[in-house]
Amino acid sequence: MTKTTKTISSCVFALVVAAAIVCVGQFSSPSSMLRTVLQMGAVYALIAVSMNLLNGFTGLFSLGQAGFMTLGAYAYAIFTIPVDARDGVYYLTGVADWLKNFSLPIPVALILAGLVGALCAYLVGIPVLRLKGDYFAIATLGFAEIVRIVMASTPLNRVTNGSMGLTKIPGFKSYYGIFIVAAICIALMVLMLNSTYGRSFKAIRDDEIAAEAMGINLAHHKQLAFVISSFFASIGGALMAMYLNAVSATTFTVAVTYYILLIVVIGGMGSVTGSVLSAFLVIAAKEWWLRPLDQEQFIGGFKIPLLRSGFRMVIFSVILMLVVLFFRRGIMGDHELSWDGIYGFFKKTLPSLFHRKNKTQDPEKEGGANG
Amino acid sequence: MAEHVLKIQDVTMQFGGVVAVDNLSLEVNRGEIVSLIGPNGAGKTTAFNAITGVYEPTNGAIFFHDKMIVSNHPQGKMKKLYKGENNGKYPKVIRKTPDKITRLGMARTFQNIRLFKSMTVFDNVLIAKHLRRTSNIFTATFRLNYKEEKKMREETMELLRILDLLDVKDEIASSLPYGKQRHLEIARALATNPELLLLDEPAAGMNPQETDELTAFIRRVRDEFHLTVFLIEHHMNLVMDISDRIYVIDFGKLIASGKPQEIQNNPEVIKAYLGVADDE
Repeated sequence: MTKTTKTISSCVFALVVAAAIVCVGQFSSPSSMLRTVLQMGAVYALIAVSMNLLNGFTGLFSLGQAGFMTLGAYAYAIFTIPVDARDGVYYLTGVADWLKNFSLPIPVALILAGLVGALCAYLVGIPVLRLKGDYFAIATLGFAEIVRIVMASTPLNRVTNGSMGLTKIPGFKSYYGIFIVAAICIALMVLMLNSTYGRSFKAIRDDEIAAEAMGINLAHHKQLAFVISSFFASIGGALMAMYLNAVSATTFTVAVTYYILLIVVIGGMGSVTGSVLSAFLVIAAKEWWLRPLDQEQFIGGFKIPLLRSGFRMVIFSVILMLVVLFFRRGIMGDHELSWDGIYGFFKKTLPSLFHRKNKTQDPEKEGGANG
Repeated sequence: MAEHVLKIQDVTMQFGGVVAVDNLSLEVNRGEIVSLIGPNGAGKTTAFNAITGVYEPTNGAIFFHDKMIVSNHPQGKMKKLYKGENNGKYPKVIRKTPDKITRLGMARTFQNIRLFKSMTVFDNVLIAKHLRRTSNIFTATFRLNYKEEKKMREETMELLRILDLLDVKDEIASSLPYGKQRHLEIARALATNPELLLLDEPAAGMNPQETDELTAFIRRVRDEFHLTVFLIEHHMNLVMDISDRIYVIDFGKLIASGKPQEIQNNPEVIKAYLGVADDE
């Protein structure tokens, strides 16, 4: 019973998001801010869910997401830049011979990008996953920096174009491409999280020693979570490269990891719908709703003080602090969005409206998620 | 002679210069309830941890159904530091991580309850079914293992029904009353289909009434699941009531073993528990 309502509510949630995206696709101009926000939101949602898979569901506090995004972005870029555009991109050093006449279709390159990230995660995971807690976070952070610097290093000039970065990266012709890829990836992760493997990841998060005593092979399962998370983070990186049309070593700095971590924390560690919601909200706030704060504004003849370039980020930070203070466990906690949750939220916030209903319905049914 | 399920031979566990378990040998036979008792800090839980693979014994061997599952001898720095006996008797080195030992058919509970706190009672038990899976990550993701998954869920329901936890199955584990949490931990251990159940102080923190209930519960579980039970306990009422045999250790060393009545009257045991007056 509860399971079916849960499935239905997540399906409805997905449909609503899809409908919103289609509406925007149909009725807005190609250069509208809404489109930008939705596309970037989709990419960040994918990466945030992949990070949540590791940090929120498996309890491995990784800060290496930017590293895997870099790998995915570069892998995708290197494999897809059109053959006739290559000379233009690598105008300084020339392109490596094996790459010269080599270009893959977009879907193949996307999967390949994911696989490159997964392979690196597997190799890095062997030593790094022996570490616990903070040490694991620092090691993965270090890995991300290494990847970034290696990509910009001169010996790789003829492949990665060094510090110049790669441009003319092809993307989907359709506006919907990014959404479809992101949706498929998130759906796969949700399916995985609801399977017996997902349950064992949560068990590891809750109590490692008990999980091992219950026959869960820690090394194997942590490795699995790390590889899967990196696979999808790399695809996310590739989507990002696709969206920006360009990638360089400075695209994915440590700040990007923190930004995604922030999305995950605001959404709620251990909630997929929370991560998705917060990705769109955070991107919209940062890139769109708070933009006016960066320009000087006048009301009548009066110039509003403080408004200048960069002020947006001050407000953004203040909002973040407020969110963290008042929603300590994120928007969704570790719950998923559900009808019970929405009902509970409104029942709490609009008590007068629901007061009469409350008495006739069973009073024990309190909403699961807090709003 | 009864077949032994678990046999510990000359197990010594030394941390740095401290010998926590000293040359311990004991056996647990099929269908028995055997207790391991001793004063605080005697090395009972350390012995348990060595059996279940949390620690690697410094020296000695452990057999499960006559198959050697753990064996070690002092190595590296321990070669010089080793204070125990029987050095060199166990040249083989066999290590097993706790999950592998659980898979062999040995499940345990913990002294301080270790449930998966954020999950429901049902999920707690369901997770223990994970180790008997045949699916891999791909078949599980694409639900090609739905038959197995269904079976896992049915078995979990059945287990919850037998152990009277069905009415709380959708509650979060950490919200259960203390006694129920203990039951749940045993239920979770049983879900791994063990032959040997290791209980580390199952009655810790329980009042006399709860302890009586637990005694009946352990007996029932043993009979219904055809188990062998090996437990550590401090509640003497429970131990004397339930045990077929008792082992007593003090400062890591075995000081007595035998039937409950023998142990009750053993001067060594009384000395270890109560101490001896100096002026006599």
